[in-house]
Amino acid sequence: MTAVAQVYRWEVAKLLAQKRTYLGLGSAVLVPIIFVVVLVLQTGGPNDVPLGRYIRDTGLAVPFVVLFFMSIWGFPLITALVAGDIVASEHTNGTLKTILTRSRERSQVFTGKVLAVATYTVIIVFAMGIVGAIAGSIAWGFHPLTSLSGTKVSAGHGVALLFASLAIYALPLAGIAAFGLMLSTVTRNSAAAVVGALMWALLMQLLGVLPGTESFRPYLLGTQFDAWHGFLRIPADWAPVIRALWVCALYILLPLFGAYLVFLRRDVAGE
Amino acid sequence: MSDALPVETRGLVKRYGEIVAVDHVDLAVQPGDVYGYLGPNGAGKTTSLRMLLGLIRPTEGYARLFGRDPLADGAKALDGVAGFVEGPRFYPYLSGRRNLELLADYDEPNSRGRIDEVLELVELRDRAKDKVGGYSHGMRQRLGIAASLLRAPRLLLLDEPTTGLDPAGMRDMRDLVRRLAAEQITIMLSSHLLYEVEELCNRVAIIRKGGIVYQGALRDLMAATTSGYVLRAGDTERARVVCLAQRGIESVALDDGAIRFSADEDAVAALSIALGQARIGITALMPERASLEELFLGLTGGESSDHDRAAVA
Repeated sequence: MTAVAQVYRWEVAKLLAQKRTYLGLGSAVLVPIIFVVVLVLQTGGPNDVPLGRYIRDTGLAVPFVVLFFMSIWGFPLITALVAGDIVASEHTNGTLKTILTRSRERSQVFTGKVLAVATYTVIIVFAMGIVGAIAGSIAWGFHPLTSLSGTKVSAGHGVALLFASLAIYALPLAGIAAFGLMLSTVTRNSAAAVVGALMWALLMQLLGVLPGTESFRPYLLGTQFDAWHGFLRIPADWAPVIRALWVCALYILLPLFGAYLVFLRRDVAGE
Repeated sequence: MSDALPVETRGLVKRYGEIVAVDHVDLAVQPGDVYGYLGPNGAGKTTSLRMLLGLIRPTEGYARLFGRDPLADGAKALDGVAGFVEGPRFYPYLSGRRNLELLADYDEPNSRGRIDEVLELVELRDRAKDKVGGYSHGMRQRLGIAASLLRAPRLLLLDEPTTGLDPAGMRDMRDLVRRLAAEQITIMLSSHLLYEVEELCNRVAIIRKGGIVYQGALRDLMAATTSGYVLRAGDTERARVVCLAQRGIESVALDDGAIRFSADEDAVAALSIALGQARIGITALMPERASLEELFLGLTGGESSDHDRAAVA
């Protein structure tokens, strides 16, 4: 096993031993369940959001609708909870000096942490999607899905579209995670990093709805949470998907690069 | 590389803005030393050790471990080196054994095979499955030693290893350090406890306000502080007369039933024979040295925390 793989394995093990990981993961799977339960108990529906009108037609529509609601602050908060903590908590606990005085280079430790946060980010999105689809299917059945173009796609095709959508949705979330990890590294303060990353996400959302921001709106991180709409059009609209790929790459790589430089040179002194 | 010193620093400086935490420190720890790094709290001991371990970057100068610079060589500079600064820290939500497994996986080569052995050595095997969050301070210190020994180090850097331990824990820790030293592991330990350094170390560096005020063999330091001799005899008055008549015995004075004088070793040997020939019983004849405490206070300009004094008392 390579050095980075060893670090990654332990970073995941550490996440699995911490309550905050389960708090985040638990929230990600509870939200769609609560959502389904509430809709079962009442007659109205989220008709104004994409696929909201079809939510009682098939359980497959549930995760798409929840994606919309959780993009505002739910997923950013759940992501920031771990990303903002992963370096800062090591400073606070003094364990960073413990692991940096073994045989692993700082670059390897940092890479392991980045991969662990990325894994967590992908898992919470897919966990929500899968649990949402299952909960929705129990409530309303596993039927063909109505696309955003109004045409029906088979349930099997709908599942494929769901996974593609979850994958592209994870990218802007990874952008928030990268920002949180950067704050975690720079501030060495878990709470500040979690709140800062959440504020960053909310700022991106806010800029996206303010008048006069139309010119750069397509390049805001918050906008990329809607990139999955491209998959739900028949035929698929690749423009928002491709834009999300490169825009998110910038939002991910720039803060990570900054955090990397700081982590590599940072004095690991008293807390 | 094999003849490189375990620890060597040259002109090591660490500044934080206007504050000079470490000021041109030159250290040379020889193989097999139990090297005491002694100074009051805030003197720069921990900062020096951090630079040795590559945790912080020197402002000037360099630190080398077995000839390798942590800044240039990264983690490779720590091959054969282990230790902790400011007390060992572990993941509180993992068990002692899991913490050691993690650290073993971070070692090159992997040191998992030594976990049982080191747990046994620090007498933590029975508590290894418990989460570290529930460990006492002493257990964490012992786990810190275990984590260090996992690496089968040739050099051990320990920052105040007995701080916060109860008397029994301090005794156990010192016994452990002695055992490790007997296994030819070079040990550098920082301490503000004078008697601890006196008890454990063969060489010492004394640091004050970031700068080294003494470095060398503890034996030489103690010998240099010999200020005279004290004699107690069965017949003090006759003994005093013998002292006054003896060549090489100077500054003879009576003090609370004892005779104090200054002399070299040959003169003292001759005096003991003269006292015997005069049939004066000797109950005590010993060099009168300043304690390390007194010396330390002299070297460091009288700066010693209340805690230091309490510990020495």
